[in-house]
Amino acid sequence: MPVMGDDGITVTIANESDIVTARQMGRALSEQVGFQGSDLTIIATAISEIARNIVTYAQRGEIVLRPVTANSRRGVVVVARDDGPGIPDIARAMQDGYSTGKTLGLGLPGARRLMDEFEIQSEVGVGTIVTMRKWLRR
Amino acid sequence: MGIPILKLGHVLIASIQDALTDNDLIQLRDDLSSQVGWSRATGVIIDVSALDVMDSFATRTLRGIADITKLRGAKTVIVGIQPDVAFAMIQLGLDLDGVTTGLDLDEGLAAIGRGDRGDAGHG
Repeated sequence: MPVMGDDGITVTIANESDIVTARQMGRALSEQVGFQGSDLTIIATAISEIARNIVTYAQRGEIVLRPVTANSRRGVVVVARDDGPGIPDIARAMQDGYSTGKTLGLGLPGARRLMDEFEIQSEVGVGTIVTMRKWLRR
Repeated sequence: MGIPILKLGHVLIASIQDALTDNDLIQLRDDLSSQVGWSRATGVIIDVSALDVMDSFATRTLRGIADITKLRGAKTVIVGIQPDVAFAMIQLGLDLDGVTTGLDLDEGLAAIGRGDRGDAGHG
């Protein structure tokens, strides 16, 4: 079950139904922050892609969803964390259509296009952290 | 949760009502694949208007359903993709090239009728 705390909402990702939970929680939080319409769909879709990457490649991890404010802008931050195998070649993993697994290879580059900011840190044998943000349009 | 499949003449209609897990989608693919055979359907309509997200897995699975049913002698039409969902799909880099789409159930039925060897209307 998702856990709501001061640091936002944490959704444990351990199987494919958690992907649905994560994107629904992400949509609900984004709506509270003030996002509307296509932005809600975009955020939920990006969460779906990175949550699926966790299930496919790391089997287990978590997604943390938080409201953020910076320079008088409001938005949401999504952090996806796993201690899976890590990504040996991040530049390649960020290319459209590159996949080592059973996916279309659109997850990471697609999520980057959907969100305003996207960072990825990964170390082989240690894990992967994806951080992405979407800002409310003023 | 299984997705109910209705039969209308020679057309199977799967109307998705809820958020779908990957397993639900795979179940739908398998159900439609077998039902096309024993119901002798010539068309399949999948109504996705209730879906608020179509990610890469959903899109790939729907395309797979269209390919499989085609090999089984039935044409699949995906109807009801919402504008916001279509926008997010394009941003993500997804398309449904080669799969017939329609705005709603009526358009889906019309698209299947047109593909019906020109004898649509004979029922």
